[in-house]
Amino acid sequence: MRVMVMIKATKDSEAGAPPTAEALAQMNRFNDELLRAGVLLAGDGLKPTSHGKLVRFSGGKKTVIDGPFTETKEFIAGYELWEVKSMDEALEWIRRFPDPTPGGESVIEVRPLYDMATDGYGSAVTPEDRARIEREKNQKS
Amino acid sequence: MSEAASRRAIEAIWRVESARLLGGLVRLVRDVQLAEDLAQEALLVALERWPRTGIPDNPGAWLMSTARNRAIDQLRMARMRDRNHGELAADAAGWKPVPPDLETTLDEDVGDDLLRLVLAACHPVLSSEARVALTLRLLGGLSTEEIARAFLVPEATIAQRIVRAKRTLAEARVPFEVPRGEALSARLPSVLEVVYLVFNEGYAATRGDEWIRSELCQDALRLGRVLAGLVSGESEIHGLVALMELQASRLRSRVGPAGEPVRLQDQDRSRWDQLLVRRGLASLDRAEALARPLGPYALQAEIAACHARARTAGETDWTRIVALYDALVELTGSPVVELNRAVAVSMAFGPAQALAQVDALNDEPALRRYHLLPTVRGDLLEKLGWREEAGIEFERAAALAQNTRERALLLARARACGRPVGRDQTAS
Repeated sequence: MRVMVMIKATKDSEAGAPPTAEALAQMNRFNDELLRAGVLLAGDGLKPTSHGKLVRFSGGKKTVIDGPFTETKEFIAGYELWEVKSMDEALEWIRRFPDPTPGGESVIEVRPLYDMATDGYGSAVTPEDRARIEREKNQKS
Repeated sequence: MSEAASRRAIEAIWRVESARLLGGLVRLVRDVQLAEDLAQEALLVALERWPRTGIPDNPGAWLMSTARNRAIDQLRMARMRDRNHGELAADAAGWKPVPPDLETTLDEDVGDDLLRLVLAACHPVLSSEARVALTLRLLGGLSTEEIARAFLVPEATIAQRIVRAKRTLAEARVPFEVPRGEALSARLPSVLEVVYLVFNEGYAATRGDEWIRSELCQDALRLGRVLAGLVSGESEIHGLVALMELQASRLRSRVGPAGEPVRLQDQDRSRWDQLLVRRGLASLDRAEALARPLGPYALQAEIAACHARARTAGETDWTRIVALYDALVELTGSPVVELNRAVAVSMAFGPAQALAQVDALNDEPALRRYHLLPTVRGDLLEKLGWREEAGIEFERAAALAQNTRERALLLARARACGRPVGRDQTAS
């Protein structure tokens, strides 16, 4: 299963403070281990929300809101995509994740992705899925 | 932490740590069976202790030192036994046990440990079935039950296969050193073959009711990615990873809503997994940078890349694919590859030319029971407008196909050609 690991923004990440050399080395070591285990598929760090935009869709209108955004914990500062056997395995890897804010507080969120091979089609197909699939088919033909 | 929760956590730790643990232990004791016994014993201690004490900070190191202490105890006992019996027996057998250096630091070279393990699991003295089971068990961290479920065979069969394989390795006195340079390259094909066998069983299940089993594809991909890190200088491992990533990118569009196979030309390409496509193309670049001419896996990856790059089936560069198949036929001499080339020839130059090539394969012993030979022949005959003959071929193919989904599709095609065949009773 594929999971997305989201490292939530903190005061430090929002301030755009570069990580210490030690933190960077730790993160590189950890990512190298993930890579060697065939777990890490992709990942990147995000710039602070001051560089970001929100686009709100409402009643057919779109409004652009400039960063920074105050609800820091709602936003992510980095993400990784992992291929793991189970959520338990993902948690085991996260237990080894270098502390994003040593001495402080930070949150990592991990969520499984939909797997179209098993969630969308196949035995686990829901009536809604079937309806959607039929719709898509009819649209194409 | 509840009993059940800590048990699940320990299972996850096992998944993460077992290959490294086994690799380190095999280096130490030079015996796969003994290494596995020691690892299992350490795991049992953990299962008993951790729910009470909590999981240690470095569970891998904890398991390793527990297993190593047991190894030292056992060796001491064995040495005492030898002293009592005199060391003559061992000498007479022409085999002097080398006392392993038990004090070697454990994180000496994890890469070498894993490579040693994979080379042992894929040793040429083992049958390919045994290699597959042992590799999934030792490197993939899969339980016997999981392997049995994946290959649709009884658990006892897999358990026995693994026990026999370990015994064969011990009896053949397989040396556990890690070869370098050309000696390593020479051992690689048997490893790559195992990984691709696992992948293929997931990608186009030869048996059973499901057409694809993506779990197996993921297991194989993960093994491949691990190997690419271990032998990064070998072109073919990157070729194999590229091939698997590119093929896996199509997994979700390969099965229709009712579980039926969807052919490449009919797939919804917008559903192809672009992350895997990009990863596959990057691996292919690495393979190409390391080798000219390309090996068989890199060539197959090149073919898969031609499909990945075509945004519609009509944009496929079939002429290039035929040229790649020519190189692949030259390299492998495989009749199965020749059959695939005929399909490409049909797309590039028309069905008549392809049919002549397929007919030349009719007497190939390797293809006698291969359902894709009559499938391809039927396909070509149908394109040429010979429906009656095509129907007979599809019917013949259906009789040979082991996968129920595939069989149902073939029978449907036979019916569409006017053959009076009933619906497949075995397919649901």
